[in-house]
Amino acid sequence: MKNSKYLPLLATFVVFVLAYVICISVFPNMLSTRVAGNLLTDNAFLGITAVGMTFVILSGGIDLSVGSVIAFTGVFLSVILRDTSIHPLAAFVIVLALTTAFGAAMGGVIFFLDMPPFIVTLAGMFLARGISYLLTTESVPITHPFYSTLQDLYIRMPGGGRLTLIAMIMLAVFAFGIILAQRTRFGTYVYALGGNLTSAQLMGVPVAKTTVGIYALSGFLAGLSGIVFSLYTSAGYSLAAVGVELDAIAAVVIGGTLLTGGYGFVAGTFLGICIQGLIQTYIVFDGTLSSWWTKIVIGLLLFGFIALQRGLMWMSERSARNMRHASAAQASSA
Amino acid sequence: MAVPTIVRERTPQIIVLAVILALNAIISPGFFSIEIQNDRLYGSLIDVLNRGAPVTLLAIGMTLVIATKGIDLSVGAVMAIVGAVAASLITSGYSLPATLAGALFVGLACGLWNGALVALLDIQPIIATLILMVAGRGIAQLITEGVILTFNDKPELIFVGSGSFLSLPMPVIIWIFVAILAILVVRRSALGLLIEAIGVNRRASTLSGVNSRVILLAVYAVSGLCAATAGVIAAADIKGADANNAGLWLEMDAILAVVIGGTSLLGGRFSLVGSLMGAMIIQSLNTGILLAGFPPEFNLIIKAAIILIILIVQSPASQAAMANFRASRQTVAIKTESREHAAR
Repeated sequence: MKNSKYLPLLATFVVFVLAYVICISVFPNMLSTRVAGNLLTDNAFLGITAVGMTFVILSGGIDLSVGSVIAFTGVFLSVILRDTSIHPLAAFVIVLALTTAFGAAMGGVIFFLDMPPFIVTLAGMFLARGISYLLTTESVPITHPFYSTLQDLYIRMPGGGRLTLIAMIMLAVFAFGIILAQRTRFGTYVYALGGNLTSAQLMGVPVAKTTVGIYALSGFLAGLSGIVFSLYTSAGYSLAAVGVELDAIAAVVIGGTLLTGGYGFVAGTFLGICIQGLIQTYIVFDGTLSSWWTKIVIGLLLFGFIALQRGLMWMSERSARNMRHASAAQASSA
Repeated sequence: MAVPTIVRERTPQIIVLAVILALNAIISPGFFSIEIQNDRLYGSLIDVLNRGAPVTLLAIGMTLVIATKGIDLSVGAVMAIVGAVAASLITSGYSLPATLAGALFVGLACGLWNGALVALLDIQPIIATLILMVAGRGIAQLITEGVILTFNDKPELIFVGSGSFLSLPMPVIIWIFVAILAILVVRRSALGLLIEAIGVNRRASTLSGVNSRVILLAVYAVSGLCAATAGVIAAADIKGADANNAGLWLEMDAILAVVIGGTSLLGGRFSLVGSLMGAMIIQSLNTGILLAGFPPEFNLIIKAAIILIILIVQSPASQAAMANFRASRQTVAIKTESREHAAR
């Protein structure tokens, strides 16, 4: 049953290819690097935070605070750049330190108070959104010249598409996430935690450090995502990025990661983001469909993938039972 | 002194509610005054009861769901769907009973969908209900065709949101009725016990003969019905169905009300009265913040602080610490006592 590990990922890949083929057959123009570049740019902030969400879900947890943290980052940056003469790079460092500490604090509460991640990160969601409201309730534009320099950075792809800086950041974060999950000790700990907490503890996985590290990573990536979002919109607004946590969770699930933790791939999340982006692009190209179809299609895809995962687990449980029966029969006949 | 059990068990909630109400009274001196105009009670307290109706109704269903170790994230989206259904039925000429029946039926169907995913397909509740939470507002938008469906000329449906009966506003009558019904059904029969049994250990209760599938289905169906009732009230209150904003984030408020009320998120123990008080605490806070003239933005920070305090109090770690502290104090007392004996 080694291959069943890759089956959800494979299913996601098939859905992505099918969706792309359908899109191209209806709108041949969608087969261009321009569309691909725009898709990556438009979903850059979502992709970055979805990498953090993948680690959280792999460990068997959930992080509802990321949308609020993105909004907080944008508001913090816009206010600090408006009111002080700090260079944006310094502001980036400050805000990343803040969001990482925020994530680490949530991880600490989850581990040391032994509380469900759902309710702890819900409190974090209220807190981060509340603090951004306190900073400002208006949309504050960012006019620093450094921002326009960053926004003008791009690589021209063959076919006229532009790979913008924020799209490159997202791709880099995905590459970093894949290496972290598959090739480092931290990644192994995360999978162990999601597989079975008690066994992980007994095997000597440093559960406290890993839990705090996972939520700190998610906080850091949510902060980075907030920076990217502020580059994308050139503004900070406390009501921005509402519900992004749901989109990120949906991308992770569509990407084939098991919500109970322990199984899944960061690369799958990338496919999940691309599928969501394709649906949006299709609706934009069509022009007559309303944007709420995005939500319904994503809901249907969620259901499809969850049902697929259940089916796979049911099948593997049944084959395990059959094998037990077979070995028991052998033992009794011997 | 014979203190009723219900009061003794809910002392923390009663104290918190009393403190918040007292603070409100300090902020606005006329807070407790209630007057009768046109055969109807008016006053800030009545307003708290009235405004708190949707969260209270959601909290009733949510309590039962959480007692089975589940959670229902979809209630806000179900409110939006049901509001849209009610508005489109009444504007296309159906009578009030037909509209209400249709709305409740849709809520029941949403609840059964969640219940089927949880009970039959064994999907984690948080994920199962996430599907409807994500897709629900899209469905509501499809029903209203992307506009806010208003029904200013339908006094019979508006009555549900702003009318009054026995000099109390209709929403208050409705939630009190639903609450009494729910408490009687779960506590005057074995149903409450069975729900708690599933929350403690679903496998064990199934093995001992509890039909956990049917009970889980029923619990999510009740949550859907409660959300439907809340959705009709919310739509009738603003005389229209707003697919984007109806019930937005109310699932979080409902979960918060349940947790404040002393029901553990880990399932197995629940208190409907506690959840009702939790909902009232949240609503008194909201009203108090408005009365104090604070910007409503403070709401979220205060809520976050409350969750944090409750988490710390409820957490197994701090309870173990408290038990240790008590035990060590006892041993210290015993030691000093024995030392005194020895000195003598």
